[in-house]
Amino acid sequence: MLQIVADGLIIGSVIALGAIGLSLTLSIVRFSNFSHGELLGWGGYFALSALALFGAASEGMGTPIGPFSFGWVMLGALLVACVLTAVLALALDHVLFRRLRRQGAITLVIASFGAALALRNLLLFWYGGVPQYYSQNLQISIPLVSRDVLGGLRITPDQLFVLALCLVAVTALHLFLRHSTLGRSMRASAINPNLARVAGIDPERVLRATWIIGGVLAAVAGVFSGITVQLRPTMGVDLLLPLFAAVILGGIGSVWGAVLGGFIVGLAESASVSIVGAEYRAAAAFVVLILILLVRPTGLFGEKH
Amino acid sequence: MPDLLGWLSYGSFFLVFASSFAIIALGLNLQWGFTGLFNVGVAGFVALGAYTSALLTTPETADHIGGFGWPVALGWLAAMGVSGLAGLLVGALALRLRHDYLAITTFGIAVTIQLVANNATRLTGGPFGVQFIPKPMQAWLGTGLAWNLAYLTLSLLLLGLAYLALEKLVRSPWGRVLRAIREDEDAAASLGKRAFLFRLQSFVIGSMLMGLGGAVYAHFVGYIAPEDFLPILTFQLWAMLIVGGSGNNRGAILGAFVVWIFWAGAGALLRGWIPAAEQARAAALQVVLIGVLIALMLVLRPRGLLGEEIAVSRHVGDKAPPV
Repeated sequence: MLQIVADGLIIGSVIALGAIGLSLTLSIVRFSNFSHGELLGWGGYFALSALALFGAASEGMGTPIGPFSFGWVMLGALLVACVLTAVLALALDHVLFRRLRRQGAITLVIASFGAALALRNLLLFWYGGVPQYYSQNLQISIPLVSRDVLGGLRITPDQLFVLALCLVAVTALHLFLRHSTLGRSMRASAINPNLARVAGIDPERVLRATWIIGGVLAAVAGVFSGITVQLRPTMGVDLLLPLFAAVILGGIGSVWGAVLGGFIVGLAESASVSIVGAEYRAAAAFVVLILILLVRPTGLFGEKH
Repeated sequence: MPDLLGWLSYGSFFLVFASSFAIIALGLNLQWGFTGLFNVGVAGFVALGAYTSALLTTPETADHIGGFGWPVALGWLAAMGVSGLAGLLVGALALRLRHDYLAITTFGIAVTIQLVANNATRLTGGPFGVQFIPKPMQAWLGTGLAWNLAYLTLSLLLLGLAYLALEKLVRSPWGRVLRAIREDEDAAASLGKRAFLFRLQSFVIGSMLMGLGGAVYAHFVGYIAPEDFLPILTFQLWAMLIVGGSGNNRGAILGAFVVWIFWAGAGALLRGWIPAAEQARAAALQVVLIGVLIALMLVLRPRGLLGEEIAVSRHVGDKAPPV
């Protein structure tokens, strides 16, 4: 029981980080970006390549820090992945989405669907289809709660790290959107782009910031997924449905909604693994999606359209 | 003249594939081209049709449920029925909401259908799929070229039938309401047209055509597996519609043939160019190429090769009745 919750929260933190970016794109750039999942995949693989580059200078992931399986080198690789993924998101916007913005949201959705396939297959082309890992070391999980209490709870230090860093990132983003000028401009543009423009907010600057934030969070989510699960070229498309389910569950444009939605979808996934088996895990997100469309299509924190 | 026979055989193979794609593209064109409904789960609806017909018409087997030995024609009708039903369910859920929700829901159902096809081994045969799908008319024509050509004729006939029916539909008052809703829902609503119902009808008919296309494909190949219905199939169909010109039935058919030629040609070229050990990578590059094609088309020629025709009532030219 406890284990299901813990596993769900760890899957959920990956979904939450990805869902925030997707939700921001949906509310500020105003289209469903089907290539957002690929940003997670590319982020994960960028870190792998950075690790390989740094690894030439040091040993693997570097000397592990404390109980973790990775060292400072891994954090450096994470940073590189964040920068490169943000650049990739900006480049995609520059080459494709910006040119199509006038043709309406649906054209953008089609284009993003095409971009997703191209991006995913480029990963497949370069890295091959075999799952990869940042480290070959297996980490021993520490028992936190003994087996007598609700089935017990075991967790690896890496998983705790992922969960903690997820909460830090979300809080930082929350403070940014609440208190910084740029963050406020982003929220204003999400609510009413025309009014925001009249008030002197540069829409291009807001869009750039949205892509950068989305890209950085996607990279973090991708690397987390790589640390806690594995890296596959299809990880982006596999995560896409959970991401969308989380965004709609939370309500489009709401950061905390996306986070809560991410954790709920994560919990649903880990519960479904123990109830119907791992092979139907991906359907859990679909069930959540259908339920929310039936009951409350605006999401938990969404505004009426 | 073995060469000629080989070409004829390959050609008929190629054309049957293209015409089953064209049937699906017509369905997608009704949904997107005429009604503006964005379906990202085309592969799911196609798979439903293919599996339905396959499971109903195959001879009894111990491997999985199904195998009812129905006549093929009934299987095809059932394929249309089941895909249409799936369209009804998805449409009823998502068509009242803003357009993104339809895209996301259709994406979700395609993922789920793929999952069931892969894992519900008792029903679908799992990753090994369904085999021995009966090939209609084979009792008379054997397995050779004659059968290929006969099946080609049959699928072209179905394609023609679907085309004529759709042309009739989109030029009818019903078709004009669809386009009115697509262009300006409020204006259409103010004339008393219930947008949701029209959208739902269009979505269901489109889904039925997708199911039919899947069934035509399944009975030609005689074998289906989950990997035949990956998201790449959805994408190929979108490429066909966009390249051919959405909102134009002839465009959808033209696009199906052109993109299929491009796809097969690019695949053959890449296979020749990339060493045999790297074939998986060649396939990946093939997808990237078609992704670039669709992006270029969207940026450079958004209306497609043919573009939308302006269809007006056939009574427009008539003399106005005396007032």
